[in-house]
Amino acid sequence: MADKTLEERVREIIVEQLGVNAEQVTTEARFIEDLGADSLDTVELVMAFEEEFGVEVPDEDAEKLQTVGTVIEYLKDKADK
Amino acid sequence: MSSDRRVVVTGLGAITPVGNDVNSYWDALVAGRSGAGPITGFDASAFDCRIAAEVKGFEPASGFKNPKDARRADRYTQLAVAAAKQAVADAALADPTGLDLDRIGVMIGSGIGGLITLETQHSIYLEKGPGRLSPFLIPMLISNIASGIVGMEHGFRGPNLAVVTACATSAQCIGEGWRIIRDGDADVIVAGGSEAAICPMGIGGFAAMRAVSFRNDDPQAASRPWDKGRDGFLMGEGAGMVVIETLEHAKKRGAKIYCELAGYGLSADAYHLSAPDPEGAGAAKAMASALKRAAVNLDEVGYINAHGTSTPLGDICETLAIKRVFGERAKGVAVSSSKSMIGHLLGAAGAVEAIACVKTIETGVIHPTINLADPDPQCDLDYVPNVARQARVDVALSNSFGFGGHNSCLVLKRI
Repeated sequence: MADKTLEERVREIIVEQLGVNAEQVTTEARFIEDLGADSLDTVELVMAFEEEFGVEVPDEDAEKLQTVGTVIEYLKDKADK
Repeated sequence: MSSDRRVVVTGLGAITPVGNDVNSYWDALVAGRSGAGPITGFDASAFDCRIAAEVKGFEPASGFKNPKDARRADRYTQLAVAAAKQAVADAALADPTGLDLDRIGVMIGSGIGGLITLETQHSIYLEKGPGRLSPFLIPMLISNIASGIVGMEHGFRGPNLAVVTACATSAQCIGEGWRIIRDGDADVIVAGGSEAAICPMGIGGFAAMRAVSFRNDDPQAASRPWDKGRDGFLMGEGAGMVVIETLEHAKKRGAKIYCELAGYGLSADAYHLSAPDPEGAGAAKAMASALKRAAVNLDEVGYINAHGTSTPLGDICETLAIKRVFGERAKGVAVSSSKSMIGHLLGAAGAVEAIACVKTIETGVIHPTINLADPDPQCDLDYVPNVARQARVDVALSNSFGFGGHNSCLVLKRI
């Protein structure tokens, strides 16, 4: 149940920040290629995740977060630690 | 400089405190309707000035192709993009088919730029530290970004820049656009300005200068140019855009032509940070050189849309400047102030007021100066007090002066 909440929160942030429809935010969706984000959007998006989940995402980690799924897994992983 | 390229106005767009399109704006001016009220955009209760003329019912995303882009834009840019979209549509340039987009430019400025963004981000910095600053802070803040974004929205790849001269900004964007077209570097330019500075730093800053009216108990009477009771300007916000192009280009594509942009003059007071030259010499020079460029005689001028801010000094100096230029004829020219109703739109003022001149020539109506109950004895011209007037106007001037001593004048002429 808690997992689903994290996922939902991630998806809501993406919908809000990138102005896309919820249906587009699939697990496989890539931020730049599929969701129309540019380099500034991705910086802002990571910042929004940090803010929402109270975590620090170093730049070297942020570079790897290219799909919705990788973000969810990454944040779950952080939450478990 | 001489050029045989004549420049005409073919499109208009406006978001103002009295209406969010050109027709409702013009109807309100003619009706003498004020857009002033208590400030609603933020809690102004601690401020000496608690009144302004705010834009109402504006949809921030209305001008953008992709609504997401509105989130990445300061309010000043949102207003600019919406007004530019109107002007481009009015000029029938929204469909790029058959247009040479490399020959269409954009010149849109803002007196201050993204002040609301700067405030918001500075608060985030203080509360959460530098790591939480938005990657959009700088692109939202800079005062040329509206010009850049309007170019992107429409694919216009011609000359693109932003003149910034405080309250003369958009008049000079239009004037320098005129110059670029005459020089041959573009055939069409979307020109104007935008401002959104009704925020704590904007209102507080102007209040500290004692530049704005403190008539908090009666906001709609606060802007009263040339009246004895005036005590400063009323802050406004909004955007004004015109499409200007060569007469030849307009004719070739069968565009509707409002009038000619026949001349533009500019000068500096070289006198003071914010106070005008007490003799009005700089303002007079701008008017005289604009008239010379337009090659019109004084007796052809039927209307002057004054800078007319409702400041104690400014109104007297502009009156003196008009007298310097027009001499004996000064009292025979109708002069009015749009700011009596919409307040001072700072960087957008020159453009929305140039639009008022275009509408005057088009409709044969001169809008009034409202709240002119008891004229200052030093202000003794025909300011079209309180009631609109029917009059055929063939040549109209639009004056705009900015902090820093920037003076400019545009000449609009029936074609």
